[in-house]
Amino acid sequence: MTTLAYTLSDSRVMLRRNLKHQLRYPSMTVMLIGLPIVLLLLFVYVFGGQLGAGLGAHLGRGAYLDYVVPGLLLITAASVVQGTSIMVAMDMTGGIIDRFRTMAIARASVLTGHVLGSLIQTLAAMGILIGVAFALGFHSSAGVLDWLAAIGIVALFAFALIWLAVALGLAAKSVETASNTPMVLLLLLFLSSGFVATATMPTGLRQFAEYQPFTPVADTMRGLLGGAAVGGQAIAAIAWSIGIAVVSYLWAIRLYNRRRAAEPK
Amino acid sequence: MTSVPAATGIATQNVRKSFGDHVVLDKVSLSVEEGTILALLGPNGAGKTTMVRILSTLIPADSGSMRVAGHDVVADPDGVRAVIGVTGQFSAVDNLLTGAENLQLMADLRHLGREAGRRRVAELLDQFDLTDAAGKLLSAYSGGMRRRLDLAMTLVGQPQVIFLDEPTTGLDPRSRRTMWQIIRELAAAGVTILLTTQYLDEADQLADRIAVLDQGRIVAEGTPAELKSRIPGGHVQLHFADARGLHSAAELLPAAGPDQDQLVLQVPADGTVDSLRDLLNELHEARIPVDRLSIHTPDLDDVFFGVTGGHVSAQPHQDHTLEGAANR
Repeated sequence: MTTLAYTLSDSRVMLRRNLKHQLRYPSMTVMLIGLPIVLLLLFVYVFGGQLGAGLGAHLGRGAYLDYVVPGLLLITAASVVQGTSIMVAMDMTGGIIDRFRTMAIARASVLTGHVLGSLIQTLAAMGILIGVAFALGFHSSAGVLDWLAAIGIVALFAFALIWLAVALGLAAKSVETASNTPMVLLLLLFLSSGFVATATMPTGLRQFAEYQPFTPVADTMRGLLGGAAVGGQAIAAIAWSIGIAVVSYLWAIRLYNRRRAAEPK
Repeated sequence: MTSVPAATGIATQNVRKSFGDHVVLDKVSLSVEEGTILALLGPNGAGKTTMVRILSTLIPADSGSMRVAGHDVVADPDGVRAVIGVTGQFSAVDNLLTGAENLQLMADLRHLGREAGRRRVAELLDQFDLTDAAGKLLSAYSGGMRRRLDLAMTLVGQPQVIFLDEPTTGLDPRSRRTMWQIIRELAAAGVTILLTTQYLDEADQLADRIAVLDQGRIVAEGTPAELKSRIPGGHVQLHFADARGLHSAAELLPAAGPDQDQLVLQVPADGTVDSLRDLLNELHEARIPVDRLSIHTPDLDDVFFGVTGGHVSAQPHQDHTLEGAANR
C-alpha cells in the first residue's frame, strides 16, 4: 500500500471508532441532538406567538417557525461540536493517545476520525431537526438546488466549527474544560440573527451581531430555504467558514504535535 | 562503552533529558541484546518512564544516540514505531469499545488485512484468557483483565521490541504471576524486552540483565546474580516474648545482632529453606521459645545501599512475617 492508501485506511478506521463511540455513549449523543429539538419546541410554542407577531402584522407562530429553523440548525452544529470537544479531550487525557503515537499510523488520522465522525453526526442531527420542523408545519419554498446549496453552506460552517472544537478539545487541560468552552458558540448564536432580526437590537449589540459569523450563515440559510436571493451574505458566510476552518485546523495541528512533548509524565 | 552498534535489540548512548532545570536522565547508556530482557530498576522519579517514552518516540531526548531494532530513534521514528510495542504505566485501552474491538482496532491500524487481523485477534483473546470477556465493554473488566488486554493490544503487530513500563504495578499476586509468565514466553519467542520496575524480585524473576537507575543515572548494571552479590544478604528476625529468650538465643547464635528494646534478634540468612530449617531446628533443640519470625529478603533499598553507599530510601521493606511459625 502507498502512503496515501495508509492514510485513507487509518482515517477510515478512526472514523469507525468515532461512530462507535457515539453509539456507546448514547447519553451524550441523545443530549446533544435532543437539545436543539427541545429549543425548537420552546421557541415555537412558548416564544413563537409573540416573536412571530414581531416579524410583521398578521404573522404569528407559523411565520416564526420558518424564521427560526436556520438558527436552530446552527444551534445543532454548536451543540454537536461540544461533544467533539469532549471526545477529543477524552482521547488526549486518556492513555490511548500514547498508544496511537507509538504506532506507525498516519498521525492526523486520530483527528480526521473525530472531524468526519462529528460531521456525520451534525448532518444527521440536522436532518432529524428538519424532520421535526416539517412535522410542526415548517414551510419552505426552496427548490432542489436551494436545498443542496443550503446543505453545502451549513456543512461547510459545521466543518469549521468542528475543527474549532477539536482545537478547543486539544487545548483543554481536562475533559470538564473541554465541555465548557464550546458553550461560547451557543452564546454567540443568541447574539446573531438566528432568533430575532438584528434590526430590533440596540445599536452596539446590533453592530456586533451583524459582523459576527453566525449572522451571515443564518441569513444565507434563511434566504435559501425561503426561496429568496442570497448574495453578499453567502459570500460572507463562506469566507467566515473557510477562515475559521483554516485557523482552527492550523491551531489544532500545532497543539496536537506539541501536546505532551513537554510534559514529564 | 564504544559506539552504538547497528544491530538489533536496543542500544543507547549518553541519553540526556531535562525538564527545565530538572535533569531527568544524565548520560544514560544501555544495551539490550536481541531476544533478552533488560529490567530498568529504580524508585519513582528515577527516570524510568522518561527513558521508555524517549525510546518509544513519544518525547525527544535532549542529546544522545539511540537505536531500536536497527532504527535510529531520532532520524527514523516511523521505522521504530513499526517494530515496537509499548505498554505504558497507564492503561492505553479504549474504554468505549469491547475487548475484541480494541484488539481489532490495533489489527486495523497495523494493516493486517481482514482475515489475518481477525485470526490474530482470536489468537490473542485465547492466549490472554479473554475470550469469554471479548464482547464486554471495558467498564466490566477488572484491573488484571485490563492490563492483559493492554499487553495483548501491544502484541497485535508482533513487535520485535517491547517496552513495558511497570507492567505489574497495582496487580494482585495471581495476575502478577500470569503477567510474568506471558513476558517470559515473549522473550523465549525472541522478542527483545525492556521493562521498568520498582521491585527487585520482579527484575530477578524476569530479567537477563538489570540496570539500576537512580536520579537519572545508571548506578549499577549486571545480571541478577552479579547485582545480588554486591548487596548485603538477607536476614531473619526472631521476635521474643521476653528478654530471657532473646538472651539465650543470642548466646546460641553468636553471629546474630540482638535488639534488647524490641526483643528482636537479627540473624544473617541467605533465604534458602534449608538454612531456615537448620535455624529453627537449632532453636527447637535448645528449647528456646520464639514468639514469631520474619524473613527479610534483599530489596531495592539494599540494592541502593549496596551500589550507592546508601543515600536513598525508596521503598518500605518487604517483610514476610510468619506469625508464630517458630512456636509449632
